[in-house]
Amino acid sequence: MNSDIQHHIYSILVENKFGVLSRVAGLFARRGFNIVSLAVSPTEDERFSRMTIVVDAASAPLEQVTKQLYKLIPVIKVMEMHPDDAVERELMLVTVKAASDARSQITELASIFEARIEDVGFESITIQVAGRPDKLDAMTDLLTPFGIVELQRTGLIALPKLARRMGRLRSVKTRPA
Amino acid sequence: MRLTGAQALIKSLEHEAVEVMFGLPGGAILPVYDPLIDSSIRHILVRHEQGAGHMAEGYAHATGRPGVAMVTSGPAATNIVTPLCDAYMDSIPIVVITGQVPYANIGTDAFQECDTVGITMPVTKHNWLVTDAQDIPRIVREAFHVATTGRPGPVLVDLPKDIANQQMDWYWPDGVDMPGYKPTTKGHPKQIKDAARLMSESRRPVIYAGGGILKARAAEALRELVELTGFPVVTTLMARGAFPDDHELCLGMPGMHGNYTAVTSMQQADLLIALGSRFDDRVTGKVDGFAPEAKIIHVDIDPAELGKVRQPDVPIVGDCRQVIEEMVKAVSANKAKHAEDGASWPSLDEWHTRLREWQRDFPLVYDQQPDGPLKPQFCIDQLRDHTPDDTIVVSGVGQHQMWTSQRWKFNHPYTWVNSGGLGTMGFAVPAAIGAKVGMPERTVWAVDGDGCFQMTAQELVTASSERIPVKIAILNNAYLGMVRQWQELFYEERYSEVYLSPDLPDYVMWAEAMGCVGIRVDSPEEVEPAIEKANSIDDRPVVIDFRTDYREKVYPMVPAGKSNDEIILDPAHDTYGER
Ligand SMILES: Cc1ncc(C[n+]2csc(CCOP(=O)(O)OP(=O)(O)O)c2C)c(N)n1
Ligand SMILES: [Mg+2]
Repeated sequence: MNSDIQHHIYSILVENKFGVLSRVAGLFARRGFNIVSLAVSPTEDERFSRMTIVVDAASAPLEQVTKQLYKLIPVIKVMEMHPDDAVERELMLVTVKAASDARSQITELASIFEARIEDVGFESITIQVAGRPDKLDAMTDLLTPFGIVELQRTGLIALPKLARRMGRLRSVKTRPA
Repeated sequence: MRLTGAQALIKSLEHEAVEVMFGLPGGAILPVYDPLIDSSIRHILVRHEQGAGHMAEGYAHATGRPGVAMVTSGPAATNIVTPLCDAYMDSIPIVVITGQVPYANIGTDAFQECDTVGITMPVTKHNWLVTDAQDIPRIVREAFHVATTGRPGPVLVDLPKDIANQQMDWYWPDGVDMPGYKPTTKGHPKQIKDAARLMSESRRPVIYAGGGILKARAAEALRELVELTGFPVVTTLMARGAFPDDHELCLGMPGMHGNYTAVTSMQQADLLIALGSRFDDRVTGKVDGFAPEAKIIHVDIDPAELGKVRQPDVPIVGDCRQVIEEMVKAVSANKAKHAEDGASWPSLDEWHTRLREWQRDFPLVYDQQPDGPLKPQFCIDQLRDHTPDDTIVVSGVGQHQMWTSQRWKFNHPYTWVNSGGLGTMGFAVPAAIGAKVGMPERTVWAVDGDGCFQMTAQELVTASSERIPVKIAILNNAYLGMVRQWQELFYEERYSEVYLSPDLPDYVMWAEAMGCVGIRVDSPEEVEPAIEKANSIDDRPVVIDFRTDYREKVYPMVPAGKSNDEIILDPAHDTYGER
């Protein structure tokens, strides 16, 4: 994720209903809001899912995005988090070329990044790393010289930081009553 | 009670007090057409599904009740996409029911399968795919609730054929339980107070009334606010009739083809009170140059409209009627306070005088010579002057629409039905039919273009066979006139694919073939007798083919993308005073 671009993180609680992903994704496309990443998962309550969407702020005025999202009927709650106010995590799986002479360097790198070796082959290894997006970017940069075979990232998920949950959350806290 | 899904659907529509629906059957919706035979609901069989959608819209425009259309799957569903989009842009409550292939076959490219829910997602307020017959009453209840509350709009219910045949236990829900849908109707008291304060400080206020006034049934409340404040009102294309044109404070239509006074009053205002209007580009012109000195009070039931185009000084989310009523109270209280303190209320005399001077100096003009070519504006004036005051006027899209909106005197709400946001050619004939079905006691005239008429004229067969006596005035200029106007003004008179011919088709013969009375009018002296004849016919539709001057253009005009200060007046008339 390119850190020069200003991002907004939206955490959207939606009803777990048919077609809800396409309603939300369609809205972003229709209004010209660019999605950087998107993750969807069930929540503690099976009636709802949570979507974490990172958008390019330049394309998407914060207030319009929130208001337009609330117009979708399955959308229950929208929270917008500034990256400073959020606990963010992303997971990456990466397969790198690892001939025997390079292997120890790669495993050393992995241990610095608290990454795990998930699979080992004759010519390559697959590493899993989790953390903030900039950590994954750094890991990617350092692995590139070895030759990246395949790389997959989950997209960001985030929750508001607890200490600041009340005061600094710049969300529309509830649907405008 | 055990019912089939189809029976439950019809029964649910009856519970929603549906009296009439517009539609056309086919394979996937067949199960629902069977119990319809035994229902109290009147069904009007259209000749094209687009007609069903626009009829439902016309019905909703005229009555305020949701219009209902029912069609089959696949091509029928795609045929009704245009009316859905039209209703979405203009916030018209319609409920569309589509048949779908059996649930088990979805995704197999079955005969007449299309992803109706997917296709219509961007043009509906919400839509539903029914997956269990037991859900039908709940979904119908939700569909009508969503269509008619908050910012109204179109909804669609897609019903697979096997679900229509499935058995269910009948029930009727007491209400709806939709945690993600709770429109705000009551304006925030503090915001209303702030608005009232701005209103009591303004010297050059303009009320910018939009279609939301009509949706909220707030015409009376608006009138009260105007009488109290003396603020002049512009009524947008979607709000014509929301404030009476014969009121001295009514300035008429603003925007690209608005009159000089309406456009310029907004440009020079120090306060705009936007009520149920949305700063559409056809109203604002170039946004940067729009009403540069004005503070903005913006009232809308849709929070997303506030700040979408122009940041308001006082945003108020709420139902226009409720908010205006609260504004009236707040302004009255301010006035009483002023009087108590011995302070004078700011005078608007200077502003009123300026507006009257503009109205005097820059009227809408045209020139009908007794033996010259027939002017479209003359036809509209004659129609206006020889029809009842509460006539419902419906229009297509193009020059004829703009002239009608400019020249008609709308003195009652819900007498103007047109396609504003989407600008759908072909809207007029079916929408007029829908309006007449909803308001059978009223005279319904459509003013249509020759191009528009050719898009949906076949619905006059529907009107004849169902005995719906609408009247159609075609302003036949033998051109796609509005496009011709742009080519003349902005493409150096290079006319590309805009000529239609005045007599191909022969509109009189076509009308007669569809069971209507057809009348041709070539010269000014034939206009009034033709209108009187049309008015006297009440057992079938009438079509008048007015052969009008193709050179006539719509003025004033603010060229697209230009500031409203660059308004162009009709260059053929040098009768204007010094600007
Ligand atoms: C369905 C559709 N297609 C194209 C247009 C673009 N368009 C806008 S006005 C117009 C000309 C309409 O011609 P006519 O009905 O004869 O009306 P006139 O302008 O001549 O009064 C056209 C083609 C449109 N608005 N809608
Ligand atoms: Mg024409």
